[in-house]
Amino acid sequence: MSDVLHVIRPIGDRRFPDLAEVWRFRDLCGALGRRDVTLRYRQTLLGVVWVVLQPLIAGGLFTVVFGKVAKLPSDGIPYFLFAYSGFVAWTAFQNALTRSSGSLLAQASLVTKVYFPRLVLPLSSLWSTAVDFLVGLTSLAVLLAVYRVAPGWPLLTLPLWIALLHAMGLGLGTLAAALSVRYRDLQYALPVLVQLLLYASPVAYGTAAVPARFRALYVLNPLAGTLDGFRWSVAGTAPPSTLSVTMAVAGALVSLAVGLVFFARFERRLADVI
Amino acid sequence: MSSSAAGEMAIGVAGLSKAYRLGVDGGATTFREALIQKVKGSAPAATDILWALKDVTFDIRRGETVGIIGRNGAGKSTLLKLLSRITWPTEGEIRLYGRIGSLLEVGTGFHPELTGRENVYLNGTILGMRRAEIARRFDEIVAFAEIERFLDTPVKRYSSGMYVRLAFAVAAHLDPEILVVDEVLAVGDAAFQRKCLGKMGEVAREEGRAVLFVSHNMVAITALCERGILLEQGRLTADGAAGAVVQQYLRSLETLGVTPLADRADRRGTGALRFESLAIVNAATGGGLVRSGDDVRLEVRYRSDAPSLTNVHIDAVIHGPFDEQLCQLSSTAQRGEFERVPGGGVFTCRIPRLPLEAGTYRVTLYCTVNGDIADWVMHAGSIDVEPGDYFGTGRTNFEGQGHFLVTHAWDVEG
Repeated sequence: MSDVLHVIRPIGDRRFPDLAEVWRFRDLCGALGRRDVTLRYRQTLLGVVWVVLQPLIAGGLFTVVFGKVAKLPSDGIPYFLFAYSGFVAWTAFQNALTRSSGSLLAQASLVTKVYFPRLVLPLSSLWSTAVDFLVGLTSLAVLLAVYRVAPGWPLLTLPLWIALLHAMGLGLGTLAAALSVRYRDLQYALPVLVQLLLYASPVAYGTAAVPARFRALYVLNPLAGTLDGFRWSVAGTAPPSTLSVTMAVAGALVSLAVGLVFFARFERRLADVI
Repeated sequence: MSSSAAGEMAIGVAGLSKAYRLGVDGGATTFREALIQKVKGSAPAATDILWALKDVTFDIRRGETVGIIGRNGAGKSTLLKLLSRITWPTEGEIRLYGRIGSLLEVGTGFHPELTGRENVYLNGTILGMRRAEIARRFDEIVAFAEIERFLDTPVKRYSSGMYVRLAFAVAAHLDPEILVVDEVLAVGDAAFQRKCLGKMGEVAREEGRAVLFVSHNMVAITALCERGILLEQGRLTADGAAGAVVQQYLRSLETLGVTPLADRADRRGTGALRFESLAIVNAATGGGLVRSGDDVRLEVRYRSDAPSLTNVHIDAVIHGPFDEQLCQLSSTAQRGEFERVPGGGVFTCRIPRLPLEAGTYRVTLYCTVNGDIADWVMHAGSIDVEPGDYFGTGRTNFEGQGHFLVTHAWDVEG
């Protein structure tokens, strides 16, 4: 008698995703990720150019509006470099969030035809986010050289900020992915919320530019410490406060945990409602 | 697994049921609606529960090929989805004694912009193969699909035949102990279908796998499967030798005529257009008595809630006594889609000199509106054809020598 490999029962929803199983499907995760990257860079001739162009345009726009018109301070580095580095980091978070949140609905045909841990979909979307980010980071390095700004030892902390940006984006993204299957209008609301968050975070301006009486409240935004930290590590601006870094780490962990727990609860009902 | 595995348990299904709530639970599908419900304090509307599968029990052993038979809506797809772990049961349990590979669609995840090579890897991993495994069997897959020369061409440039061959080749090289196949053989050319059927049969017999196979093609079921399982309205009503179960299914179809087409529930589609009735009419007499060789018309009465519909495709498939599909009468192939049709009326399909031998033929109706399936009723009705003077000679063919009459002329030269 051979062993039972799987018993399928009407058990309730899971409390947490089966990460060991997700790991067994790592090849699928890679294949889907590679597909996204291939398509992104093959279909649009401008593939790579576009990824660089986005922060360039946003940086230029911010320079005119906030640097020249509003004359916001930029922590001792050229404002364009300030805005560009902020936008490269912000884009990593935004892409991680929006791509993972749309991954289920965009691939509904897979969900209804094949079994695999559904978490593979938002996870695999990180692949193209990461590749885009590397392109952005490379262009940032060029820009630093052009402006003759040399990062010092804080550069060693760069992996931490990168991890936080992606973790926060993925956490909120998985939460939104599960919710948007149930509530279809979320996919329309999400871009607006993301846009609001952009202006509530230190991308176009530094935390130092926030009036002192709001600053205690401001650093509660986990993105504040993350973005300030990123800019500090690559361009040597003012370091983030201990409180804001604590908030950043806590924010990333909480959003990841909440996202995964929510996702696990919805996972088994997906094929029936999608 | 070695062939010694044949005879061992592969799947145990006990008391399996699956209920769907009609309408999403609670009713709200947007935040907006959910908020309004909260504010108004209105209780969610009572939802109807549909048992897609009810109390189904059976065992399958290694080496068996089992055909799952039933009309649309009988629960076949639900059963496959439960076995494939795409959806979870409401009651009962399934025990899987081995790795399961399911093929509910040909080319799941295929992307038109990717090359054949890239799609093999993508589709293979989606179907549950490891990357290394695909690399090992890559040449075999490509040879099976017969597309060597086009490996690095995006599949959007493939002919539909090549596309299907490649997709099926990947699936045919899955290595599970249990293989679940939905009606995917309806596509692809006949020669390749035979090749795939052969491969599946080989897999079961020689390698001791269990194969579950869903099809509307009773000829394929009888040819491929030793055992048949009949589902009717979510319940298992027959389980035994494939030939006997197919016969029982065909008999059950004969009672179908009792339910008027408009009241049939075993239909699929959005309902944007719904078939109401089907009739065959003798063009000369206007009556229902139709003989081989008569000019006839099929009349399909329909209705719709919309005042008019655009881009409508309709087709009728005529089935023979083994439920095999004899021919398709497709509006799109014959004249292109109907750009606009009124919100209710009658489609007519004229058939000059009806080339069918005497007998009873079941007819499946299918229609799409703007590319979405609007209504699809398997065996929507049947037509009776009486013997007739097709050749104008006063003589008929021998009985049981075929279904079609073909205009022809014999000659001899010395």
